[in-house]
Amino acid sequence: MKFIVCVKQVPDTTEVKIDPETNTLIREGVPSILNPFDQFALEEAIKIRQEGDEIIVISMGPPQAKKALLKCLALGADKAILLSDKAFAGADTWATSYTLTQCIRKIGDFNIVFCGLQAIDGDTAQVGPEIAAQLGIPQITYVESIEKLEGKKLEAKVQTDDGYKIVEAKLPVLITGITSSSFEPTNPPMMSIMKANKKPFSTWTIDDLGGSSDNYGLNGSLTEVIKVYSPPARQQGVVIEDEKPDAAVLKLIELLSKDKVI
Amino acid sequence: MSITVDKEKCTGCGLCEKACPFGAIKIVEKIAVIGDECTLCGACVDQCNLKAISLQRKKLKDVDLSQYQDVWIVAEIKDGKVRNVSFELLGKAIELADELMQDPCVLLIGNNVTKFTQDFSNRGAKKIYIAENEDLKDYHTETYSSVITGIISKYKPNIVLYPATISGRDLAPRIAATLELGLTADCTGLSIKDGLLLQTRPAFGGNIMADIICPITRPQMATVRPNVMEMASANDNENTKIIEIPVNVDLQGLKIKTKEIISASSSECGIPVCEADIIVSGGRGVGCQENFKILEDLANVLKGAVGASRAAVDLGWIPKSQQVGQSGTTVSPRIYIACGISGTIQHLVGMKSSDIIIAINKDPEAPIFNVANYGIVGDLCEVVPLLTEALKKRLSEN
Ligand SMILES: Cc1cc2nc3c(=O)[nH]c(=O)nc-3n(C[C@H](O)[C@H](O)[C@H](O)COP(=O)(O)OP(=O)(O)OC[C@H]3O[C@@H](n4cnc5c(N)ncnc54)[C@H](O)[C@@H]3O)c2cc1C
Ligand SMILES: Cc1cc2nc3c(=O)[nH]c(=O)nc-3n(C[C@H](O)[C@H](O)[C@H](O)COP(=O)(O)OP(=O)(O)OC[C@H]3O[C@@H](n4cnc5c(N)ncnc54)[C@H](O)[C@@H]3O)c2cc1C
Repeated sequence: MKFIVCVKQVPDTTEVKIDPETNTLIREGVPSILNPFDQFALEEAIKIRQEGDEIIVISMGPPQAKKALLKCLALGADKAILLSDKAFAGADTWATSYTLTQCIRKIGDFNIVFCGLQAIDGDTAQVGPEIAAQLGIPQITYVESIEKLEGKKLEAKVQTDDGYKIVEAKLPVLITGITSSSFEPTNPPMMSIMKANKKPFSTWTIDDLGGSSDNYGLNGSLTEVIKVYSPPARQQGVVIEDEKPDAAVLKLIELLSKDKVI
Repeated sequence: MSITVDKEKCTGCGLCEKACPFGAIKIVEKIAVIGDECTLCGACVDQCNLKAISLQRKKLKDVDLSQYQDVWIVAEIKDGKVRNVSFELLGKAIELADELMQDPCVLLIGNNVTKFTQDFSNRGAKKIYIAENEDLKDYHTETYSSVITGIISKYKPNIVLYPATISGRDLAPRIAATLELGLTADCTGLSIKDGLLLQTRPAFGGNIMADIICPITRPQMATVRPNVMEMASANDNENTKIIEIPVNVDLQGLKIKTKEIISASSSECGIPVCEADIIVSGGRGVGCQENFKILEDLANVLKGAVGASRAAVDLGWIPKSQQVGQSGTTVSPRIYIACGISGTIQHLVGMKSSDIIIAINKDPEAPIFNVANYGIVGDLCEVVPLLTEALKKRLSEN
């Protein structure tokens, strides 16, 4: 089988700040990482792969995104494709999913496409379903794990509002959502990193993908971010310290009723 | 219209006829013929194994945008009840529609949903579109997205709002991509600016806010966080127009089928965390599964739900459905009580927009105190039961 995993290189959002003067993102000094949710998706693909299966990782991004792809190769992917072209810059989720769809079509003959739950920067969780719609294949979002893969069928455990459900899908299918519980970012061992450099790696540009240039990057984007700014800061709260539990609770209740919370 | 059947490829197998929600396809002399009822929803294209049907959509770039009118919401029905978030969306839709001098409208889709008409007309919906069918009882991406895609294409709303729930976030991007529309995710603010929908949303793990517009496509679409907007209030409105839209659904053709449902809700009142008004959440500091009972007791007194950090979920103390945070649910209740939760960014992004945050933690340096309106430094096993008792007493007095 052929699995395609879509991965994005993202700034480590735990370290992103806003410049209070200009209200723009300070990206300098913020490390770029492989989106953790995409790593979980890749891990799931590796978990279910069998002898003879192939895992291809693809990413749209600047040339530096190669680093994220190399990490995927070191973790166990077989082949990587970087989609990098100035024309791809400024893509919203529609243009991003269009670009990835063109790439997936070109790869062809795939059985499962994996996307992460969401990218930790854009945070929209829209790219996965948008790819599935453009490919015209079914999607399963909020997948917890793949339970079974037999013949042309897949069984997945899916999160619902109040528990889980088990669904059965005909392949090909697109899957998003894995939040595997071994979420400590695994760092691949040195040996695999060295091997990764020898695995097939290609860079594709707009010429490789074809289609109208109107659909890529900023040109193809249908949403427009007109302003970014810091969220309003929360007011400094009251912390009750050094009190016996009953006295502390009493004080809290007093505060809550004074402020009309209860 | 730009849907075509390739007569060379079509064998007249009839899969498309069954898949069409609007009854627009007939097989005539072994060839699929598409009639005027076609809404360009695309359900047939995905069904055809021979790729005989092709559908070209034009980007709306040069289209007269003024033919797109009204502010729609897609209501979410679950377990035979309207979810509150639907009324919140309607509240917002009324405000936006007023400003645009258009009508606030509701799309009701499901089985047996006509009975909810009054709930929405009372709250100010001017038009209610109803797509009712037995086989729409359960949410399936495939059936719901084709039906709604078709309805949008036909009725041309100016704005469509979806709840940013598990199914809303599954459905909206599917429709947006099919219709080549912009879509803004997880909005926490919506207003009108220069006639356009100005959509405000958090990104970068809640570290920034972004204002977004969709200038060139219609409808303008967004998913909206539950519990952020004010619910539309009931005020008896008489002139609501009801538009019934007949649809056919073929569950046989589904490529994804549900085999089993495993409900594992631990919150006794059964409110999903994303809709709860009050949440009592526990983390690793709760210590063990049994201790979650302490939190449940508090939640019961407050008629709230029990939530959890990732750590507590991973330890198996509480089901994943209750997890709050980046890889769980984003909540914004009126009161969020965090017990034994340190307050890492992945947790904070899921609850920071709560109105009031109360933290109970034995470590005075825990980052959760930076976002808390009120905090107690202490052992939750002692503090929480005392709080439960005190609140019980207090609430019975009121
Ligand atoms: C502040 C801000 C707000 C934004 N809000 C919106 C918005 O509301 N609507 C909108 O349409 N766009 C929005 N964008 C643009 C959006 O961030 C980009 O389109 C981005 O390329 C993809 O969206 P995402 O990061 O949300 O990814 P998600 O949709 O969250 O990603 C889901 C999965 O898709 C795959 N994926 C995503 N991007 C790539 C990639 N480049 N290469 C390979 N795989 C990928 C990964 O598997 C990922 O886990 C916003 C951008 C900014 C800066
Ligand atoms: C990609 C990714 C996604 C993630 N998604 C999420 C998510 O959705 N939600 C989430 O919550 N986390 C998420 N995490 C994990 C997150 O980083 C933290 O590991 C997790 O939130 C920690 O949970 P905690 O606060 O319960 O535990 P800890 O950080 O261990 O904190 C326990 C706290 O309990 C206090 N405590 C201990 N005993 C007591 C006592 N008796 N009384 C009072 N206080 C006590 C301690 O002082 C401490 O502050 C994610 C991580 C990654 C990498």
